[in-house]
Amino acid sequence: MKPAPFDYVRPSHLGEATEILVKGQGSAIPISGGQSLMPMLSLRVASAETLVDISRLFELKTVEETSTGISYGAATTHAAIEDGKLPDPSRGLMHKVASGISYRAVRNFGTMGGSLALADPAADWPACLMALGALVTIVGPDGNRTVTVPELIEGPYTTILAPGEVITSIEVPRLPAEARWGYSKFARKSGAFANSLSVAVIGGGNKARVVIAGSSTSSSLLTDTASLLDRTPDATEDDLKTAIRDDLTKVDPNGDDYQHRSHAAIVLRAVQQARLP
Amino acid sequence: MITVTLTVNGQEETHSIEARETLADFLRERCNLTGTHLGCEHGACGACTVTINGLPARSCLTLAVMCEDRAVQTVEGTRGDPEMDLIRKHFHEAHGLQCGYCTPGMLLAARDILRRHKAPGEATIRKELSGHLCRCTGYVGIVEAIRRAGAELSDKS
Repeated sequence: MKPAPFDYVRPSHLGEATEILVKGQGSAIPISGGQSLMPMLSLRVASAETLVDISRLFELKTVEETSTGISYGAATTHAAIEDGKLPDPSRGLMHKVASGISYRAVRNFGTMGGSLALADPAADWPACLMALGALVTIVGPDGNRTVTVPELIEGPYTTILAPGEVITSIEVPRLPAEARWGYSKFARKSGAFANSLSVAVIGGGNKARVVIAGSSTSSSLLTDTASLLDRTPDATEDDLKTAIRDDLTKVDPNGDDYQHRSHAAIVLRAVQQARLP
Repeated sequence: MITVTLTVNGQEETHSIEARETLADFLRERCNLTGTHLGCEHGACGACTVTINGLPARSCLTLAVMCEDRAVQTVEGTRGDPEMDLIRKHFHEAHGLQCGYCTPGMLLAARDILRRHKAPGEATIRKELSGHLCRCTGYVGIVEAIRRAGAELSDKS
C-alpha cells in the first residue's frame, strides 16, 4: 500500500499550477485534500508522474456572498460546512450532507471541489449540488468557464475537465424560504460510499429537482419524478413509485433488480421527507 | 528526494524523503514515533490518526511533504495533556482497549469528539467513532470510556 514514485510540486499561485498541469498533459494531477486520491495512489488504481499540490492556493479558499447565493472556494472542506462556520444558502441541506461524508478525519481535509472533480458515482457532493442547481467555475489555460453539475460530470469518474483545468469555486443559489429538501442515503457501513443516495428539493417557486446517485449510478436528475411533483405536489405514493421506476429505467438501464429497489426506496424517502410540512 | 521540515510533537523534524512517503511512514521510520499504528493504509481503520494543526487526520492518507511547516501531534505528544490524561484514565477503568493496536487513533478521536460535543451520549459517540475499527473490544468499553470522560469534563467546566 505505498504509492508508486512521483514528483511533487507546490505552485504558489493558480496560474503556475495550471501551467504545470497543462505541460503534464494528464500525467500531472492536482492534489488538495487527497482523501480519495491518496488511497487510489496507494492501491495503484491511479497514477501520476507529478503531483501538483493545490491545497495552499488562496484562490481556492474564498467564500463570498453573491447576489443570488454563496460562492464557496473549491478547497472548502466538508468539515467547514458540517460545522456551520460558513454561510448556508441551502437551509441546512449542505450541513446534513457534509456531516454524513466518510469520517471526521477525512472531512477535515476532503474538499467540495475534489469531490466534484473525482466524480465518484456514489459521492455526496455531486448529488447534493446537482439538486441545488449549483454552478461550477473552472479555470484553465484558456480562461474561465462556468458550468452546471450535470454539464461537468459525464459519467463515473469522468468530467469535462481538460488537463490544466482546475475547479476554483462552486456557487450555490439561495433556497427560497418556502422550499423544502429531503436527503436519504443507504450505505452498508456508516462512512462508506453509498449504495443509494438521493436528494430532493421541492417548492419555493423553483422547479422540483430529484437526484439519485449510488455505487453504480452517477448522479442523475430524475425528470419524470420532478415533473410529477411540479404538476401534483401531493401525488400519491403509488404515482410517485411509478415515476421513480420510469426514471430509474432511463438513468440506470443496466442496474439490476436489487439496485433499482434500493434506489427507488431511497428516492421515495427523500421525496417524502421533502414533502413533510 | 525532497528535504522537508515539519513540527512533530513540538520538535522540528527535517528529513530528506521521497515525495511519495506518507506522514505515517515519516513518523514511524524517520522520527521513530511508533505509537502511530498502521492498520489498513487506505483510510478505513483509523489506527494511524494524528492531528495536523490540531485537526485529526489519517496519516496514511497524507503525504509528509504536504505537511511542510505544519504542526503534527502523535499519541506520544499527548503525554501530560490534562484532557488526554483524563481520557486515558477512563479507557483504563472502562476497559477501553485490549490489544491496543487501535488505541492511539481511538484516543485522538476521543479528544476530538469531546472538544466538539459536550458530554456526548452513546449515539453521538458511536456515530463519531465509526471511522475507527477495533477488533477486540466490541466497542462497548471504548464508548463507555469516552462517555465517562465527557461527563467528567463537563462537570469540571
